[in-house]
Amino acid sequence: MADTTSQTDTVTITVDGEPMAARPGEMVIAAAERGGVYIPRFCYHPRMRPVGMCRMCLVEVKGPRGFALQPACFIPVADGQEVVTRSAKVKKAQDGVLEFLLVNHPLDCPVCDKGGECPLQDQTLAYGPGETRFVEEKRHWAKPISLSALVYLDRERCIQCDRCTRFADEVAGDPLIEFKGRGDHIEIATFPDQPFASYFSGNTVQICPVGALLSRPYRFKARPWDVEQVESTCTMCAVGCRVAVQSSGSELTRYIGLDSDPVNHGWLCDKGRYSYEYVNSEERLSHPLVRKAGELVEASWGEALEAAARGLQGARAVHGAASLAVLGGARLPNEDAYAWAKLAKGVLGTDNVDAQLGDGLPAEAVLGLPRATIDDACSAPAVVLLAPDLKEELPVLYLRLRAAAVAGGVPFLELTPRRTGMSKYCRTSLAYRPGEAPALARALVDGISGSEVAGVPAASVAAARELLGAEGAVVVLGRPSLAEPGESIAAAAAVLAGGLPGVRFLPALRRGNVLGALDMGLAPGLLPGRVALADGRAWFAGAWGAVPEARGLDAADILGAAAQGRIQGLVLLGADPVADFPDHQLARAALSSAGFVVSVDTFLTESSGQADVVLPAAAFAERAGTTTNLEGRITRLGQKIVPPGVARPDWMIAAELAFHLGGDLGVESLEDIWQEVERLAPSHAGITRSLLADRDHRDGVVAPFDGRVPTTSRPPAEAATATGVGSTTAVPGAVDPMSTPGVDAVETHGLPATEVAPAETAPSGGIDPGPEGEERQVGAAVATSAAPPMLAWSSEHGPQSPPPLDGYALRLVSGRSLYDQGTLVQHAPSLAALAAPPRLRANPYDLERLGMGQGGQVRVRSNRATFLADAVPDAGVPRGSVWLPFNAGEGSAGEVVDAAAPVTDLRVETP
Amino acid sequence: MPLTDAAPIVTRRVAIPESWTLRAYLDSGGYVGLRKALTMAPEAITQEVLTSNLLGRGGAGFEAGKKWSMLRKAEPVYLVVNGDESEPATFKDHMLLETDPHQILEGVLICAYAVGAARAFIYVRGEFALGQERLTAAVNEAYEYGAVGRDIFGSGFSVDVVVHPGAGAYICGEETALIESLEGKRGFPRIKPPFFPAAVGLYGAPTVVNNVETMSNLPWIIEHGGAAFAALGLGRSTGTRIFSLSGHVNRPGNYEVEMAKVTFRDLVENPRLGGGIRNGNELKAFIPGGVSAPWFGPEQVDMALDQDAVGKAGSMLGSGSVVVMDHTTCAVRAVWRITRFFHRESCGQCTPCREGSGWLEKVMRRIEEGAGREEDLELLLDVCDNIAPGLGWPPQQTTICVLGPSIPSSIKSGVNMFRDEFLTHVKEGACPYG
Ligand SMILES: Cc1cc2nc3c(=O)[nH]c(=O)nc-3n(C[C@H](O)[C@H](O)[C@H](O)COP(=O)(O)O)c2cc1C
Ligand code: SF4
Ligand code: SF4
Ligand code: SF4
Ligand code: FES
Repeated sequence: MADTTSQTDTVTITVDGEPMAARPGEMVIAAAERGGVYIPRFCYHPRMRPVGMCRMCLVEVKGPRGFALQPACFIPVADGQEVVTRSAKVKKAQDGVLEFLLVNHPLDCPVCDKGGECPLQDQTLAYGPGETRFVEEKRHWAKPISLSALVYLDRERCIQCDRCTRFADEVAGDPLIEFKGRGDHIEIATFPDQPFASYFSGNTVQICPVGALLSRPYRFKARPWDVEQVESTCTMCAVGCRVAVQSSGSELTRYIGLDSDPVNHGWLCDKGRYSYEYVNSEERLSHPLVRKAGELVEASWGEALEAAARGLQGARAVHGAASLAVLGGARLPNEDAYAWAKLAKGVLGTDNVDAQLGDGLPAEAVLGLPRATIDDACSAPAVVLLAPDLKEELPVLYLRLRAAAVAGGVPFLELTPRRTGMSKYCRTSLAYRPGEAPALARALVDGISGSEVAGVPAASVAAARELLGAEGAVVVLGRPSLAEPGESIAAAAAVLAGGLPGVRFLPALRRGNVLGALDMGLAPGLLPGRVALADGRAWFAGAWGAVPEARGLDAADILGAAAQGRIQGLVLLGADPVADFPDHQLARAALSSAGFVVSVDTFLTESSGQADVVLPAAAFAERAGTTTNLEGRITRLGQKIVPPGVARPDWMIAAELAFHLGGDLGVESLEDIWQEVERLAPSHAGITRSLLADRDHRDGVVAPFDGRVPTTSRPPAEAATATGVGSTTAVPGAVDPMSTPGVDAVETHGLPATEVAPAETAPSGGIDPGPEGEERQVGAAVATSAAPPMLAWSSEHGPQSPPPLDGYALRLVSGRSLYDQGTLVQHAPSLAALAAPPRLRANPYDLERLGMGQGGQVRVRSNRATFLADAVPDAGVPRGSVWLPFNAGEGSAGEVVDAAAPVTDLRVETP
Repeated sequence: MPLTDAAPIVTRRVAIPESWTLRAYLDSGGYVGLRKALTMAPEAITQEVLTSNLLGRGGAGFEAGKKWSMLRKAEPVYLVVNGDESEPATFKDHMLLETDPHQILEGVLICAYAVGAARAFIYVRGEFALGQERLTAAVNEAYEYGAVGRDIFGSGFSVDVVVHPGAGAYICGEETALIESLEGKRGFPRIKPPFFPAAVGLYGAPTVVNNVETMSNLPWIIEHGGAAFAALGLGRSTGTRIFSLSGHVNRPGNYEVEMAKVTFRDLVENPRLGGGIRNGNELKAFIPGGVSAPWFGPEQVDMALDQDAVGKAGSMLGSGSVVVMDHTTCAVRAVWRITRFFHRESCGQCTPCREGSGWLEKVMRRIEEGAGREEDLELLLDVCDNIAPGLGWPPQQTTICVLGPSIPSSIKSGVNMFRDEFLTHVKEGACPYG
């Protein structure tokens, strides 16, 4: 959470004779560390409640009866407090604790994953006795044992620090591991028949100070001294957790969460953490493919680009630029998205461009509503969730919000068609009937006179209205169900925007850089910088040469038009509409009717497999650039390895395709592109590369940039600069080895050192030669006369209201689970194994009516399809609704969703 | 031949047939103290207890009245009664629970009234099946009688009493571990500060934790006045106290005697008490206050059973258990067995106790089994020093609770008092006592 303590609100303590400023309430260990005195520790973790168990941090603290040994992690600072960290007594206690820890420790370092990056090894070297005096037999356990599909436990190595168990309970809310036994026979254990199946289990491996917890995918894979690393941002979802990407040779070996104060606090979800496996996949596209005689065959870049250009030009020549469309791009870095937006709108001349695949929200709403950050949400007077199940789709956002609800006392109010992972942390969870979110939003703002609205009783609405009393609520806004259109949710958001004073929105869209892609103009009717086409036409026409005349189609309309044969040239940017567009039938029809399809992708998918030309793209960690998270926070991506074969970054493909189309994007490097973005996109003014490289902005910069240097409360260890844990006085490395074992001296967030300084562009507000040589002002502080205004959005025209539900039908609700049939998950073997088969969930009452109270096989019938499904009773699904997962394999919701309808009704029958 | 004129207080009913029933209790003056207490102001009760200078009987010997006065001012307040009695050779609460549960209950009610407790919990060691049964029966009888529950004896004061069984862990006798256990968690002691029960106790509320015997004294104190109690004993050691006498005496058992006016020698030799050492053997050493206490030798046997005197001499009256060892005792073996107890009972939370207890036990066993080395003696002391720095008394600690620093007590006593015997084990490669 943002640091709200003001500078004057401090007390003074004395550490080893030196006075130090400390924040009231913080522990001695933290205050001393910020003041440059590192006190060794094992159990203490800056992001968790202290437990004072390992006793490694004992220091002398003066009390009423003189100096006494006290755990620095458990003693709060007090004005005038005297602390001694370097006396003989402290040294003896530290020696003693380390010697004790080694008593039962197997010291099998040569075969331990942690060897070489082990806090126990390191602290023993720094603080421990020279040799052990222990000659007895050590404790023995069978090892290792499996706690879950991803985590192994070597009980002999465990030092009982309580970090993993605390994390599971306190941070993840999944108390699935616990201490068992007592004394030196304490072991970490799961409950009978309940594996440690937490979406966040990998964090326990990361913070385990020894090699007791092991990642199954990483086990025996690498040695720390063979590993190189770079700082980057996870783009598996739009939370944008900071990671250290590690590789050995040309293979990625591991991601480690870095502590970004405003974003992830060091945590990652398992999907993000183990997603490197897809990058390493043997099935990656490594060479361009061109369809010849019906078959996709390998081709050279020149041949493939020429084929792509010819196909697209041909379509344009015959059917006009409006017959071209570009779908996808939400997983591209900003620079690549910008290059493709420029190619589509400036060179191809089409505005039929959409980074979202009909599974998000209207772009104008996302970009035009007042925005909130994660920290804003965590300190808001109230938070409204109108979003998918965050635990499934934006896991680390779920962690942050859960903490705000549990520890921060922030009241949460949820509007959802179905119980979610956040429901139990909400003061009120209002289950609205699918498709009726706008009506419920209206009732929240205005109150109701009747007995219910959208299936929600009046009393619940009244209670919820009370929570919304104060000004400045934050709405977390996404698609609660893929079976109701984004327009319906946008309409509900418009009502809240108009009716709740001071409200701000945190978009809960899923794909890694979806917000960045929208910012870069990969949406119909928009240009880079959150500018409406109409407003920015003149500005961008000057810079790009040309922009489309009229607003184009969004994903749903592009696919609709394609199905009717009106799209003759379709470009898929890492997009697999057949899997991701909510209405699979329409997506399939569209692909088979689109005249000519170019796919730029990392894998051959059901969609790209139907393309005429397939261009292999570089994946995560194979290219640099920047990415934008759901807050609008821009951070740098690090490149660590090279792409397979001749695969290239998307922006290069765009630039070369432009040449083949007879155009010129006018960019030759990422630097060129970013400079252009900073100059042209009003929302990005002032966000220069050097600003992003500045250590003050290590956590990224939220667009639009307000010019402020963040005063973060990042854990002090990371702010410190010296290296090594040589003695009690040395300041730890750039990252506290104890808070993030395995990461040291991370390279300056993704930039080669040479690029960090000097600043490469004129300072903000200076004069910069504009595009086409014209002179104009840029920069954050200076409002430019020529730059177009940024979008402000409001909409009061409601969507179609859903028809009444007939008594025999159930109304569909759908969403994704963390591990689904998505391409990336399926190419990461450790994750693919976790994907569950689709299950239909219905209220026990509705199943009882079928005589199937216990669940079992049912027949699902809609006007689209009929199939058999496994039904389970689930009280989290309201009566009259039915849940099918999305993209979970055969029998998922995509088979039955009708994108054109406001709701999808199903018949569920006994088979 | 009584040693002093003092009549027993807490054990005065043990000889009454079916002393644990309400009928027997009422017939012998039961619930008089509670009735009187309910007519007094709560503060006046605390004042009486302060006047009595009743010292806690659970181990630490803290003034009960002072503890009640230190409660943080907040609602609710809880009362937790410690009947976990698991210290080896301590068996007085066991007896009180089985023979006079109503007396405990009456004390609990008086204390609850004095401190304004919303609810009282009596935590009884898991193995005390009969004690639990009798205490539970007594609580049920008392509810029916109107002594517990709503509007006790028409006074307007209400309190519920809950009997909670332990589950076989010595550490759950430590007051903060006990509170965790009551809350349904693992018996891990809490860190003090800040978790002094009087400030942040059960469910975060200010909580009084007192021992079963401490509670049992309250009915008498209220009935006869704090001054009458303080008139017994000497100095800060007032009243009478039960001593659990065990080891090589002819008459092991529980003896309630006036504090500070009776010596260890009286306890061991008096024919009405210990009745002398078995077979007329010589006294080798004795433990004055439970296995957590440093040992005394024959030269201290004339010391009075006075909390402060024993403390000054470097040990404690602790849980009131006196263990007598005659000259046939192998000191090494005795130390090993005590260390083994702590090894088995360490909760495992903090490194020095978790690992140190096991290490020390292994070394002790090795010496006892004849595989010791001369340097093991220094090693033992230094490892102990890493748990209780300085090895002084009362101990300093690198641990969370005082179980850890209790481990060195017997080891340093053994090594310092019987160094030769340790060395003999080492040199002969065997235990000289066979
Ligand atoms: C390891 C350990 C075990 C203890 N076991 C008991 C016990 O079984 N019974 C008891 O009354 N006190 C026990 N105590 C002492 C309690 O922590 C606490 O001081 C006592 O219950 C307070 O009651 P009192 O003031 O009436 O003596 C133990 C303390 C420690 C450190
Ligand atoms: S497994 Fe690791 S993190 Fe968990 S208690 Fe043991 S040492 Fe600590
Ligand atoms: S929450 Fe999202 S960004 Fe963070 S680790 Fe998981 S997938 Fe990556
Ligand atoms: S000293 Fe021993 S028993 Fe006490 S908390 Fe520490 S490990 Fe547990
Ligand atoms: S006791 Fe403080 S770090 Fe473990």
